[in-house]
Amino acid sequence: MNSFVEIVHIFTLTIMIIAALLAVIFKKLLPSVIALSVASLLLSLEFYLLHAPDVAIAEAAIGAGLTMAIFIFAIRGTR
Amino acid sequence: MGILLAILYIFLGIGVIFNCLGSIGLLRFPDVYTRLHASTKATTFGSIFTSFAVIIYSFSRWNVSGDSKFVVLALHAIVALICLIITNPTGAHAIARAAHRSGVMPKQAVIDQLKEAKLE
Amino acid sequence: MNEFFKIFIIPGGLLLIFMLLSLVRLILGPTTPDRIVALDTINTLVVAGMILVGAAYEEVIYVDVAIVYALLSYIGTLYVAKYLEGRTKK
Repeated sequence: MNSFVEIVHIFTLTIMIIAALLAVIFKKLLPSVIALSVASLLLSLEFYLLHAPDVAIAEAAIGAGLTMAIFIFAIRGTR
Repeated sequence: MGILLAILYIFLGIGVIFNCLGSIGLLRFPDVYTRLHASTKATTFGSIFTSFAVIIYSFSRWNVSGDSKFVVLALHAIVALICLIITNPTGAHAIARAAHRSGVMPKQAVIDQLKEAKLE
Repeated sequence: MNEFFKIFIIPGGLLLIFMLLSLVRLILGPTTPDRIVALDTINTLVVAGMILVGAAYEEVIYVDVAIVYALLSYIGTLYVAKYLEGRTKK
């Protein structure tokens, strides 16, 4: 069963890297912020799978709530 | 034990199948509103059933072993399920409203009553 | 690691594959609301998977992470929707 857990780790990291690349590639700003949110969500899931739930709570709070809000404030200020 | 395993298989099977249908509907449907229809409703229904599987599993383990860890697990799963049930349709409604206000119209819709109501 | 571990971790892995399908919509999505719908779907799938993995490892605090994540992702979705709604009015 350990091999299955390793496959889950590899899947999570692959999706996370794809989402982080998308955050760089997208031309518009709001889709880029959404892709960054997906990347931080999957980073939180990876911490969770590595048996560190307190770090996962902190990452979820910062990644999903705070970073997104601050970036959208910044995008609103650009016009 | 056999009955518990059967219930778990049925509930997890229903949950996984509905989550799969939600993701496929998100891929295949033509515009925002139908995608929202497929993904939000189907994934909420599937998540309810997988959470039910967890709740039934932990209550039955508590019944067998008497360990208080499992009843805490079941109560927290119930709280997570309530959060999921409340927040998911609200978020879907906010997304649909924002999409309609920002100018994305339904593609193959015959009638659009929200637009007519806004024009009056 | 009893026999129930396998029963709960395999649906968790399947939910990861469905997350990959939703990520395809995040890549393709022609408009911004499509991408927000994909983000919302991924959030729901992550919360469901966190509850399943918490039951698999029999740890209570893992389910707490799922509660916190459900509420915070809801706030994020509402914030993006509010920004998108107010963008074209002015």
